[in-house]
Amino acid sequence: MKRREFITLPAASLGGVLLYTLTGESEKLRAQASSGEIKVALRFFTAAEARVVEAAAERIFPSDASGPGATEAGVVIYIDRQLAGPYGRDKYRYTKAPFVQAGPEYGYQGKENPREIYRAGVAGLADFAELKPAGQDQKLRSIQSSNFFKLLRQHTLEGMFSDPMHGGNAGMAGWQLIGYPGPLMSYREEIDKNYGEEFRRKPMSLAQITGRAVTGWEDEKD
Amino acid sequence: MQQLKPVDVVIAGGGFVGLTLAKEIASRTPLSVVVLERGKPRKLADYATGMDELDYSVRYRMMQNLSEETATHRHSMRDSAVPIRQYGSFNPGTGVGGAGEHWAGISYRFYPEQFRLASFLREKFGTKVPENVAVQDWGFSYQEFEPYYWRAEQMIGVGGKAGNLEGKQIDGGNVFEGPRSHEYPNPPHKRTYATTLFEKAVRDLGYHPYPVPTATLSRNYTNPDGIARSGCQYCGYCVRYGCMIGAKAQPTNLLMPLLQKRKNFTLRTGCSVRRVLHRDGKAEGLSYLDTSGEEIHQPASIVILASWTLNNSRLLLLSKLGEPYDPATGKGTVGRNLTHQVSQSTRMFLDKPMNSFMGAGGLGTGISDLDGKEGLDAYPGVLRGGNIRLMSTGEGPIASFGAIPPGEVEQEWGAEFKKAALRWHDRTASISTEAEHLAYRQNFLDLDPAYTDKYGDPLTRMTLDWTEHERAQGAMLTGVHQKIAKAMGARAATSNSRQLERYTVTSYQSTHVNGGAIMGASPERSVVNPWLQHWQMPNLWIAGASAFPQNGSGNPTLTILALTLRCADALVDRYIKKPGALA
Repeated sequence: MKRREFITLPAASLGGVLLYTLTGESEKLRAQASSGEIKVALRFFTAAEARVVEAAAERIFPSDASGPGATEAGVVIYIDRQLAGPYGRDKYRYTKAPFVQAGPEYGYQGKENPREIYRAGVAGLADFAELKPAGQDQKLRSIQSSNFFKLLRQHTLEGMFSDPMHGGNAGMAGWQLIGYPGPLMSYREEIDKNYGEEFRRKPMSLAQITGRAVTGWEDEKD
Repeated sequence: MQQLKPVDVVIAGGGFVGLTLAKEIASRTPLSVVVLERGKPRKLADYATGMDELDYSVRYRMMQNLSEETATHRHSMRDSAVPIRQYGSFNPGTGVGGAGEHWAGISYRFYPEQFRLASFLREKFGTKVPENVAVQDWGFSYQEFEPYYWRAEQMIGVGGKAGNLEGKQIDGGNVFEGPRSHEYPNPPHKRTYATTLFEKAVRDLGYHPYPVPTATLSRNYTNPDGIARSGCQYCGYCVRYGCMIGAKAQPTNLLMPLLQKRKNFTLRTGCSVRRVLHRDGKAEGLSYLDTSGEEIHQPASIVILASWTLNNSRLLLLSKLGEPYDPATGKGTVGRNLTHQVSQSTRMFLDKPMNSFMGAGGLGTGISDLDGKEGLDAYPGVLRGGNIRLMSTGEGPIASFGAIPPGEVEQEWGAEFKKAALRWHDRTASISTEAEHLAYRQNFLDLDPAYTDKYGDPLTRMTLDWTEHERAQGAMLTGVHQKIAKAMGARAATSNSRQLERYTVTSYQSTHVNGGAIMGASPERSVVNPWLQHWQMPNLWIAGASAFPQNGSGNPTLTILALTLRCADALVDRYIKKPGALA
C-alpha cells in the first residue's frame, strides 16, 4: 500500500481568518489566535509536490494588505482533492482518439488528464518553494501560457471561492474577502431593497445552511 | 437480445418534450406509454444540497457525460471536425427532466413573422436575401399557434407583462410582440438594482423596456393541471441547477407528479436508445441498451423521438431512416437547417455594488426595439434582429471573481490582479443579446467519420460557422449595448463581438441549438410535417427544437412546449382515432 503523505500547515493560518469585515474596505485581517500545526492527509500529491503547489498558489493569490490568500484558504487541499477525484482523471471529458492539433476555438484537446498535467508541471518547478517571491513570480511568468499554469490559476480561484466542503475557502476566508454570504435560500425580502448598497452577511456554508453533511463530487464512489 | 411485449407508445427521452407528450397521451387516452431515459431518476429532494457553484456550474454536474457521448464540430465542409471534449458553447442535459431541470426559465414567444420567415424575407427584402439563406416557413401561422402558447404559459406559470393584448399596445410590456389573447398568468418578478438602472437608461434613450417573461414563479401558483408551486426566493441558484423549492418550472415538478399516478405510464431510466426499429415504411419500436449493456427491443404502435435536438437527427441517421441532407446538391432532409444562436454580451463596470449573487434565471429587463423585424432600416444587410437585456440571474463567487476593466492590470494573477479584482468585485453587470440565427445551406448535421461514442456509434458532426449577416447583427446590437452602458454611467464596457468572427466551441452561447429534423410544408425540404409526424412513416413522430426550421431570437423552451402540445393534440384527437398521414 502506498505510504500516506501529509502536508503540515500552521493552524494559525488554515481556517484561522475569522475576522469579518462588513465594510469591504481593504483592511489587514488578523489571524485568530490558535497555535500548533495541523497535519492534513494528502489524496494525490506527495508532500513535496503539495509544498510546490501551495507556494505557487500563494503567488497567484497572495496574502497581503488586501486580505487573506491561497495558503490561508487551504487552496492546496482543494486542488489535491479535485485531482484525486473524478475530475482529476477526466471521468467526464471526452478522451477518445484521435487527438489532433486544433485552433484555440476548440479549447484543450490534449490527451493528458489534470493529474498528468499537474504531475509534469510540478516536476518542472522542483525548487520553487525555496525561491524568493520575486524569483517565484519570474518562474511563473515563464510558464504563463502552459496548460498547467492555466489550470493552476483557475483552480486557485476555485479553491478560494468554492464552498468549504471542497477543502478550500477555509474559514470562508474567500467569501469574507468578497462579501459573499454563502448559498442562502432566500433573498425575497432583500432583492428589491439595498439598491446600490452592499448587502453583506457573515457567510454560511452549504452544510451550515442546510443543517446536514454535504459532500462534493470529488468524493463520488466509482 | 431481449424482446419485450409490445406497448402502444414508446418515447425516446424523458425531458420536457417526452414527458409532456407522455402526460397528454397517458391522461387523455387509455394507451400504454413507455418513456426511455438514458440518465438517472431525479426528484425535488435531490436538489436540496445542490446549491454548489463548483460542482454544478463550473463542472456541469447535471449535464450529459461527455466522456460517453459528445458531438464534433467543423467550420466548413473543407475542414475535418474536432470533438467537443469539454463543455463549451451549449449544455445538453441528461436524466429525468433533461435540460428542463437546469434551464433559466426565460419564456419568450417567437414573433409572428418567424412562422413564415421565408415568405416574409422574400416579401420585404426580395433579392437582397443572400442566396445561401435556407430559412423556411413553419407550415402554420402565429394566430393558429397562439392558443398553444397560452396553454404552455399556463402550464409553466409564466410571469410577465403583456405588451400587446389583442392588438392593443401596452406600455411596460414588449410592445413589439405578437397579439396575446390573455395577460400573463403571473406578474413580473421583483426588480434588482441593476435592472432598474438599465430600465431608466433605455427609457431615456427612447426604447421600450419590459420585464423578461419567466417560468420561475413570481408568486405561489397552481396551474390548470392542479400542480401547485411556490414563488421564487431569488437565491440565484437557477441556471445549471435544479430548483430546490420547485419555483422554476421543471418536468420533475410539473409532469412527474401527474404521470406517477397513471397506471398506463412507465418510465425506464438508464436506457440508451440506439436505433429506431423499422420495416417496410413503418416504425416498429425502439432498440436500447440498459445499464448492464444488454440490448432490448421495445415494440410499439407509435414511436416518438423526443431526445435533445442533436440526438433526434442522430437517431434518424443511425437508423438509416430518411435521406441524409447533402449541402452540395441541396437534396435530402435529415440534418438540414442546423442553427444555433447569435449571442452577444457587454460587461459593464459600475460605481456601486449590485449584490449580483441575488437573482433568478429569468429575472431581467429587456428591450426589443431592434428585435425581429423592428428598427432595421438604419442597418442595411441586417435581415433579423435580437433582444437586448440585463439579466440578474444570480452570479456565483467563482464565476464573478476577476472581472477587471481592460488594460488595468498587466497579468491575470498576483497582488495587482487581486487588488483590482477586489476593487471591481460586484461592481459589474452585463447587457446581453440573443438574436435570430438564420438557417444556411452550408450549416448541417451528419455522422462523424472518425469519432465514436462509448458504444462505438459515430458521433453527430456539426458543420457550422458564422457569416457576414451574424457579424452585422452583432455589430448593430453591441453598438446599442455600448450606448446603454454609457447611459448607465459605466466606467468601462467590453463587448464580445469577436465571438462572431469564427464559431468558438469554448465560449458558452446558449443551449438553443435547433434544426436537423425540421418541420415544413414540403416532404422534399423537411423531415416532419407541421404536426411533427414523419412524412414517410406516419407512426413515427419527432418532437423538440430539432423541428425548428431556424432559430428565433427569444429563448425557445416556451415555443418547444407549445409545439409539443400542438403535436399532442394532433396525436390524441386525430392520429390515434384514425391512424395515417395527417393532411
